[in-house]
Amino acid sequence: MDKKPYERVGLTFEEYERIVKMLGREPNGLELNLYGVMWSEHCSYKNSKQVLRVFPTSGDRVLQGPGENAGIVDIGDGLAVVMKIESHNHPSAVEPYQGAATGAGGIIRDIFTMGARPVALLNSLRFGELESDRTKYLFENAVAGIGGYGNCIGIPTVGGEVYFNDCYRGNPLVNAMCVGIIRHGDIKRGTASGAGNAVMIVGASTGRDGMGGASFASVELNKESEEKRSPMQVGDPFLEKLLLEACLELFETGCVVGVQDLGAAGLTSASSETASRGGSGMDIDVSLVPRRETGMVPVEVMISESQERMLVIVEKGREEEVTGIFKKWGLNSSVIGRVTDDGMLTIRDGDEVVGSVPAKSLAEDAPIYYREYKEPSYLKQVGVLDERGLEVPDDLNGVLVSLLKSPNIASKEWAYRQFDYMVRTCTAVTPGSDAAVVRIRGTNKAIALTADCNSRYCYLDPATGGAIAVAEAARNLVCSGAQPLAATDCLNFGNPEKPGVFWQFRQAVSGMSEACRALDTPVISGNVSFYNETDTDAVFPTPVVGMVGVVEDISHITTQGFKEEGDVIVLLGENTQEAGGSEYLKVVYGLERGSAPKLDLDREKRVQGCCLELIRGGTVKSAHDCSEGGIAVALAESCISGEIGAKVELEGCGREDLLLFGEGQSRIVITVRQSDLERVKDAASRFGIPVTVLGRVRGKELIIDIAGQRGIQMAVKDMETDWREAIECIME
Amino acid sequence: MKFGVVVFPGSNCDIDCYNALRDVLDQDTEYIWHRTKNLGSYDCIVLPGGFSYGSYLRGGAIAKVSPVMDRVVEFVESGKPVIGISNGFQVLVESGILPGAFLRNNNMKFICENVYIRTESISTPFTNLCGKGQILRIPIAHGDGNYYVGDETLKRMEENNQIVFRYCARDGEVTDASNPDGSLQNIAGVCNREGNVLGMMPHPERCMEEILEGRDGAVIFKSIINYLKGGAVNG
Amino acid sequence: MFYAKVYITLKKSIADPQGNAIKEALLSMEYDGVKDVRMGKLIEIKLADKSSKEAEKRVKDMCDTLLANTVIEDYTYDILEVQP
Repeated sequence: MDKKPYERVGLTFEEYERIVKMLGREPNGLELNLYGVMWSEHCSYKNSKQVLRVFPTSGDRVLQGPGENAGIVDIGDGLAVVMKIESHNHPSAVEPYQGAATGAGGIIRDIFTMGARPVALLNSLRFGELESDRTKYLFENAVAGIGGYGNCIGIPTVGGEVYFNDCYRGNPLVNAMCVGIIRHGDIKRGTASGAGNAVMIVGASTGRDGMGGASFASVELNKESEEKRSPMQVGDPFLEKLLLEACLELFETGCVVGVQDLGAAGLTSASSETASRGGSGMDIDVSLVPRRETGMVPVEVMISESQERMLVIVEKGREEEVTGIFKKWGLNSSVIGRVTDDGMLTIRDGDEVVGSVPAKSLAEDAPIYYREYKEPSYLKQVGVLDERGLEVPDDLNGVLVSLLKSPNIASKEWAYRQFDYMVRTCTAVTPGSDAAVVRIRGTNKAIALTADCNSRYCYLDPATGGAIAVAEAARNLVCSGAQPLAATDCLNFGNPEKPGVFWQFRQAVSGMSEACRALDTPVISGNVSFYNETDTDAVFPTPVVGMVGVVEDISHITTQGFKEEGDVIVLLGENTQEAGGSEYLKVVYGLERGSAPKLDLDREKRVQGCCLELIRGGTVKSAHDCSEGGIAVALAESCISGEIGAKVELEGCGREDLLLFGEGQSRIVITVRQSDLERVKDAASRFGIPVTVLGRVRGKELIIDIAGQRGIQMAVKDMETDWREAIECIME
Repeated sequence: MKFGVVVFPGSNCDIDCYNALRDVLDQDTEYIWHRTKNLGSYDCIVLPGGFSYGSYLRGGAIAKVSPVMDRVVEFVESGKPVIGISNGFQVLVESGILPGAFLRNNNMKFICENVYIRTESISTPFTNLCGKGQILRIPIAHGDGNYYVGDETLKRMEENNQIVFRYCARDGEVTDASNPDGSLQNIAGVCNREGNVLGMMPHPERCMEEILEGRDGAVIFKSIINYLKGGAVNG
Repeated sequence: MFYAKVYITLKKSIADPQGNAIKEALLSMEYDGVKDVRMGKLIEIKLADKSSKEAEKRVKDMCDTLLANTVIEDYTYDILEVQP
């Protein structure tokens, strides 16, 4: 059966009727396509908008919340951090190198569009278990793509996370985050105002690449899409480097009224969104857009997703300043139209008007859906965990080795070694610690950055899992010596039209919101990626949290490695025995079940507050958060990274395996000088949190005794080999 | 004394070299746009790392036809010091100022990490403050750093003391395991016959401060300053 | 109008890890009898030259000065006359 024209652009009959009613007439073919791309989930957030309203998005330090190209948060001294995370999942599933590369390219443009110089990239990558050649291919090429783009453009890739789980086999997730620094007075916005001002397109020329990529990103992938390669864009990091330098030079002239990058839905979204934000209209002529292919029709120019292009609104009469700067950098810049005051986006092809619709109707008037939601039935089954059926392993050393070798815990050096994480000579803490730390030139400050999400917890309990993602991100920043300031999120879920998936989405957002409120880290930007499912399986709910914190003095920068023989190892927080959702349960018993670890946000806040106060007081020599693999893995990592051993005694009765490997929350392992121990105990008592002396840094082995019995005894060198080489062994 | 840091389209370590010289070593330093036609006022030229012209075709291949490179050749002929780092080394090789060529890293991947290099020649303007055989811990960040040179040229270079740095283990031993990218004979840096041009793949400008990757890189720039001040060149 | 196809490969004396990787992959896919694989670049150039001799002279010059690095690479080319 033939599809109706509106169906072919991904619209429903109701949506089509809505358009007809708004226009008071039927849209022509071009116009219909504009609505198709702008009203897709990817551009309109029609399925998620209502839910996202629960996020806290404001605060004393927030200079720009959601709704712009990126969020902005104040870090003092007249400076601010610009940040955003975004998904490029579907393109990466088809063509991982270009998908990941253009993901990096797009998020970088979002940052310098705001007027900021990008200073760091992070990423969150998820693939199936590293068993099949296809998964290795995806992992290898996504990593190469991120490196290929970031290294060339000269922005250090300083951190991130990589997880492997079967649920991502058909749906890899590639989320890219970028962070920039800006002076308050230099902030630019994506606004077109002032009738008569020039609308200019700058950067690369326009081709048919990425055609319809926006709609492509909002449909489920099936076998066919492996063959549909035409929608892919190809990145040119060299061109983007020139575009970045040219734009920053241009902004200094003061002639720019507004600016927006051409991302999803290309010129259509950039023109309609800037006009809509400015309460203006826009009159553009597609025949003036520089092209790299012949025979392109107006609709192709309007929805092309060719990379490395920007739309710049320039004060009338100053167009030549723009042309001059772009010429210096060897780039195109063309006036393609003018800002108007009639609210209409009018599109011409030479003399002929080929379409004219209200700009706001494209950018803001997509329907908002209140999707059905229902607790999915799987939860009842996976929530049950009978620990009595799980025999405590005899060989706990063996378990520690298996965990250190598990790709989810093992060193990610194989990947980050391919990223230039040092360029710009500001990376004070390089990949592999709790958070990356980047110094701010001209100040005594630094920023700490992280991206986190344990999606297994979210699968078992989306609300708690979402809250833990926020709490862990903040905890990682605190361990590095930073005060967490703000979050950006990338919400990766399955098909929202399925009530079970939508329930997960609502729960995760509500858990994250609660944690963001408790920890005072508003959400200032973000991205939703739905339809991460193949014919049969959806991904685990994966709400990735990117977070930034400020290190008030670079002397506060703290790393996870143990420092000196004789230092006292102290646990802030409480060692519980929670098995649910742990990597231990997965690696040893092959189970992904139970309850997600409990999270008491009040306790979390106090543990973090105590740790940060101690760090700022100069007491803490190392700090490391306990996460996957529990306290045993945390201690092992601190030994490995400090190249020194430790002797530890764990208290508590019950199962020693869960004492060692359980993933209870709100725990930080710190080391201090013996003489500072009382200060630590005082602080803990003031903050009202449990504190336990675990042992001392010493020797060349990690020794953990439990209730007087030897639990773990391993040479640091051996642990390091297992941990460092695991992923490389699988990949090479 | 004045340093000039050349900026090609796509250079991205230009700012790092500039900051290292100006902020860390307090030297008068300027950027030189690749279209500049006069290098008269500079005492030392730095060709920085990055991806000039996207490293399309081959690293450094397109930069060699930039207008500034004719002036760099004259600058070299005048005997003043020129240092090319990473992509800057590739530009020097492509333009024939230094011998050899670069192949893809032998693992076919970009590599960013700290490595150790051994100073093989201390009688250059760039190493005159180094001890004989001094081991430096310096980061590399490159995808095409696998140095190659023909047998005869290599022999001549060895006779002339043109091999300045070799990749080595922490203890200074030159081994296969310490060779990150497959470079012929672990070569990490070479100079021209006259000794006034150094090309090196590792990035000394990245390790000049304790907050970064240590300070081992500073000795190279300090050697240049020492040389320009008329300090003795070893040996 | 002439149309030049320039093929650039690593010299035979130089190890070609990408070529080797492709060879290993082909052998693992049971394409027996694959003896050697060399990977290279193809550069296509449209030229407005009047004669094929003139075009060839210029293409060779381009190869020597920019397109190939003759320390490590060999080149060959085809030159075809085409309609403008």
